[in-house]
Amino acid sequence: MEPVKPILEFKKTCVSYTRQTMAVKYVSAAIERNTITAIMGPSGCGKSTLLRAANLMHNLYPNIRVDGEILLNGENILAMQPIDVRRKVGMVFQRPAPFPTMSIYDNVLSGFTLNGISLSKSERDATVERCLRSVALWDEVKDVLNKKGTFLSGGQQQRLCIARALAMKPDVLLMDEPTSALDPIATAHIEELMQELQKEVTILIVTHNMGQAMRISSKSMFMYLGELVEYGDTATMFSNPSDERTKAYLTGKMG
Amino acid sequence: MTTLNTRNRLLKDRLMTWAVCLLAALTAVPLLAILGEVLLRGYDQLSWSFFTEPTPTAYRAMKAIEAGEPIPGGIANGIIGTMIMLGMAVLFAVPTGILCGAFLAENQKSRFAQTVSYLTDLLQGTPSVIIGIITYIWVVVPMKGYSAIAGSVALFIMMLPLIIRSTEETLKILPASLKEAGLALGGNNARVMLRVQLPAAFGGIFTGVLLAISRVIGETAPLMFTALGCSLIRWSVDKPISAVPLLIWEFFNDPNLQELIWGASLFLLLFVLTLNLIAKYLAKKWNQ
Repeated sequence: MEPVKPILEFKKTCVSYTRQTMAVKYVSAAIERNTITAIMGPSGCGKSTLLRAANLMHNLYPNIRVDGEILLNGENILAMQPIDVRRKVGMVFQRPAPFPTMSIYDNVLSGFTLNGISLSKSERDATVERCLRSVALWDEVKDVLNKKGTFLSGGQQQRLCIARALAMKPDVLLMDEPTSALDPIATAHIEELMQELQKEVTILIVTHNMGQAMRISSKSMFMYLGELVEYGDTATMFSNPSDERTKAYLTGKMG
Repeated sequence: MTTLNTRNRLLKDRLMTWAVCLLAALTAVPLLAILGEVLLRGYDQLSWSFFTEPTPTAYRAMKAIEAGEPIPGGIANGIIGTMIMLGMAVLFAVPTGILCGAFLAENQKSRFAQTVSYLTDLLQGTPSVIIGIITYIWVVVPMKGYSAIAGSVALFIMMLPLIIRSTEETLKILPASLKEAGLALGGNNARVMLRVQLPAAFGGIFTGVLLAISRVIGETAPLMFTALGCSLIRWSVDKPISAVPLLIWEFFNDPNLQELIWGASLFLLLFVLTLNLIAKYLAKKWNQ
């Protein structure tokens, strides 16, 4: 049987903030389509940095260097235009960041606005409803679509941000600790949602919360001091970590 | 147990507090004194015709004084001139200033931006009388005459650094996540700036524009070299035109018109205070 082609693949990816120090060191990992992959590790291990590299967020900061390759459907994104990459690779940030001047409706459509794509009224309505339904927010907000996005609760705002990213139909959704600013109930909502979403999009999530990684992900990466220490099935990693450092982290002796 | 020593120290502390309060209150005195004086002297002159009629000639004013009547006419020519010149200056200074401010906020590390930023500071500190004489050389001489256009160029130059700064500062304090979220959706820099960052900064920028207007509306020196003044109500932009601060200066120089000084001053003062209050209100609302 031929192995499934990975949707996203890191190949000896390095990220450095300064000449001397590397935040991410030679990470190689292939992410399978329609899975949820969790990236774990103690603070400062480079997990967010690796995630952001997959969306070329580092292009914003000229002193950051990314080396190696990051392949999206076999194409090296480091050689692509950021605006093309970011249409296919969506991102959800730690703090919910709905655009404060836009209504809920306009927030969902903001990807189109920002890409200069104009839709007909019926297309817009359909997109807003589809995306808000897919993040289970439609019933809660369908009567207040014209209110500002910031009017919603933290958990709702985060779901709005996910809806906004989904509207562009990305191949991959990057999530940088999307629930760390939320209460447990909102967190549970988002986790449930992610399980649904993996049918249509591949999710790569950075999390501090080991319980969360165990609950939602099928694959896990463990990073330490910029290195990818271990990458494999989540269940295997939690029950039988192959590296001492992973074991120490998972048992709370480190991190 | 309170010893004598402790009581002394407490007393000193209280004295100090009172002294500081007193000094703080003193700073409000000049403004209140100015406002009171102008209000007392100018209140009588304010009437409907004061805002709708142009400046009287010295002769008419003299006749009225001789007959013991109030001076006829008003400052309509100045108000209209001020509005025309301010309008043109705002029309050009707002887009230019916002774009420049956006550039500075986005490229904080570039050498070029740092230079521009420094020059902006210098422009802001340039004495207005120099801006006036330079505008005279640049605009009045080639156009062979004083005009509202020349006046608005001088005001434009004075407003520009204020708008650039307020735009830059407001954009800088926006959370970086806003810009990143916009870019993460595939927007290019220009679209993210126009659709996300500038709208989010609107309150701060608008406040800055209002403050810039209130800053230049009272400028007299640059207008003396450029707009010159005119006692008729005029709507054309290529001829000499009046402005409220210019009128105050003219009234001061003409013994027959001196009574009008206070009405014009009161108008200008109230206008600026109102703009400032609106700006304060918006800034406060924005920070909530």
